[in-house]
Amino acid sequence: MLAQAVGIKEIIVVLAYLLVVVYLGFLGWKRTKSATDYLIAGRGVHPFVMAMSYGATFISTSAIVGFGGVAGMFGMSLLWLTFLNIFVGIFVAFVFLGGPTRRMGHQLDAHTFPELLARRFESKFLQIFSGLVIFLFIPLYAAAVLIGGCAFIASQFGISYEVALLVFSVIIAAYVVMGGLKGVMYSDALQGTIMFAGMLILLIWTYKMLGGVTAAHEALTEAGKAPSLFGGIGFKGWTSMPEFGWGLAESKKGPNPAGYNLWWIVISTITLGVGIGVLAQPQLAVRFMTVKSKKELNRAVLVGGVFILVMTGVAFTVGSLSNVFFLQKEVVEGKLMSVSGVGKTPAEFSWVIAKKAKGINVKPDGSPVNPAIGPDEKSLPCVLLHIDTVGDDQADTHLIYKGYGGAAAITPAAVIDGLPVGDDPTPLTGQTISVQPKATAYLRAIVKYTTQAADGSDRIVYECQTSKIIPAYIRGAMPGWFGLIFLVTLLAAAMSTLSSQFHAVGTSIGRDVYEQVTGRHNRSIGITRIGIILGIIVAVLFSYYMRSGYIIARATAIFFGLCGAAFLPAFVGGLFFKRMTKSAAVSSVVIGFLVSMFWLVFIKDKEARALGICYSLFEKHSLLLDKPNWSVVDPVVIALPISILVAIVVSLMTKPPSQEHLDKCFNK
Amino acid sequence: MLGIEDKGVLAAYLLCIVSTALCVVYGLFNWNKGAEDVQPDD
Repeated sequence: MLAQAVGIKEIIVVLAYLLVVVYLGFLGWKRTKSATDYLIAGRGVHPFVMAMSYGATFISTSAIVGFGGVAGMFGMSLLWLTFLNIFVGIFVAFVFLGGPTRRMGHQLDAHTFPELLARRFESKFLQIFSGLVIFLFIPLYAAAVLIGGCAFIASQFGISYEVALLVFSVIIAAYVVMGGLKGVMYSDALQGTIMFAGMLILLIWTYKMLGGVTAAHEALTEAGKAPSLFGGIGFKGWTSMPEFGWGLAESKKGPNPAGYNLWWIVISTITLGVGIGVLAQPQLAVRFMTVKSKKELNRAVLVGGVFILVMTGVAFTVGSLSNVFFLQKEVVEGKLMSVSGVGKTPAEFSWVIAKKAKGINVKPDGSPVNPAIGPDEKSLPCVLLHIDTVGDDQADTHLIYKGYGGAAAITPAAVIDGLPVGDDPTPLTGQTISVQPKATAYLRAIVKYTTQAADGSDRIVYECQTSKIIPAYIRGAMPGWFGLIFLVTLLAAAMSTLSSQFHAVGTSIGRDVYEQVTGRHNRSIGITRIGIILGIIVAVLFSYYMRSGYIIARATAIFFGLCGAAFLPAFVGGLFFKRMTKSAAVSSVVIGFLVSMFWLVFIKDKEARALGICYSLFEKHSLLLDKPNWSVVDPVVIALPISILVAIVVSLMTKPPSQEHLDKCFNK
Repeated sequence: MLGIEDKGVLAAYLLCIVSTALCVVYGLFNWNKGAEDVQPDD
């Protein structure tokens, strides 16, 4: 990570930051006089605060560290997501959806996203169903952010993950429960400003270090021409789009069913799943209802566009460019604590996990493909150097020295000063060495942890983790003072997203479910506060019990895709098409949700494997696993068109809403 | 151009900048417009 432990200076800065955040929560509490204040910030928020709050809520640690790490692995093709984030997530959202949402929300006195849908279509069911979807799925998305934030805090402050989880969630709960959406948005504006400054410095420093924009990109293009770990799924370099096509790809070894998978992962799951889904995120759409007029939205477009470019654009560009640093410029100095993997048989090699998926190392008869590693692992055989870089006699950095067999061409060949390339480095154990890792970002981001072997004994494993790429880059390439800025940047990114997630959960369970089911409409603030606390407890339980679960890692993309497929047709249809009927909206939301869930449970390989329902019913991880490409296509690509079609067909088949109701909705 | 040979990635890189410029220009041109859109509280 950035450093193994923080000093007194870092602790003072972080405490000062947390105090200011809690003060802003207190300010929100003082200015909250009504349910409208608590739920939608009184409909009078400043455009800068609104834009920064929208952006900071949108961008979490998973966007910076998670997706930034994915860019380190797959390259700059992820910039298509940045384009969609700016053009769709800001320009289209604010210019075309923001005004009508604000106007209709005000006109119908809606205080939440489900309430807006419900009042537009006169459907109590829609409000309760949407509220339940939000209450069930946002805690999963929040757990993904919480796990990232707490793992980071735990490693920085040398405290346990459990303590970090407790302290972090209590601080966020305090200012969200107390200050409502005003407290959330005031603190978002501060956190967004910190994030903006941190990421801007990161971009400028990186381009400067690599010799300027063009020189940096040229170096990355050249570096990407070497054989790659991901060549089999269509990777062509960090400045190239993956191989595009459908079906069997031609390769030197014959037809390859996975040859186009990377294109479909980058474009369907990462770009479309997240890029389109953002339009119907309940916690973002509600932001449009917090401003007084279209003027505030017009001004917010300017701030929002620049903010998102500097957030995801920088994360994806720097993530990709980190490969140049790790391959060409990085030098690691420290005491060589040990060397592992020197030998002649697979049992003697060190194995670094390059991919994890349930059952990936299991033959149909249940025996392991490679007996040297675990059933859910695909690993590279290599020699590992274990180095202490901070002087505490603990190996904190693990580098691949060389690979064995077929892996030799795609693994780094590290260079140790004074040792001929490829020679056994074991005699240097205990000495201070200087190593050029010459690794790609992904193969440089190795973490060590202990897991349980099949026989119950402890087993030490080494794994490449994309979420370690950006922190490893910050630690290796950036000056020491930036580590502190980045620490606060990541805290701000996690807190700004979590606070809005918890607020959305509270309003959904309080306002949208409890009030609608019981018919009691006079306790909005109190019920929402209880809902927020409930949501936080659920998210903390997910974070505690499912920390290493595959499904948590996919939660951000799942939630964005689910919102797009379930809510987008009803949301856009409700704003622009007077002919859209209540039956059409209900059918579209329910069918969009069900098709998405079916695709996640039975078709999409990663999620279906993690859930295990498909395997237990049909003894295969995905129903379309033997068909090329289908198992990596995102649910939103299938469910959204179906949901749109259902909305149109059912609208045409059912009676249009009354003119009186439409006049009420559209301000006649 | 800009050291990126692949047209797909270059298009994405440039579109990010162009779409941000679009947001800035739109915001500046409409800085004082839309105030009449405000509704009464009641």
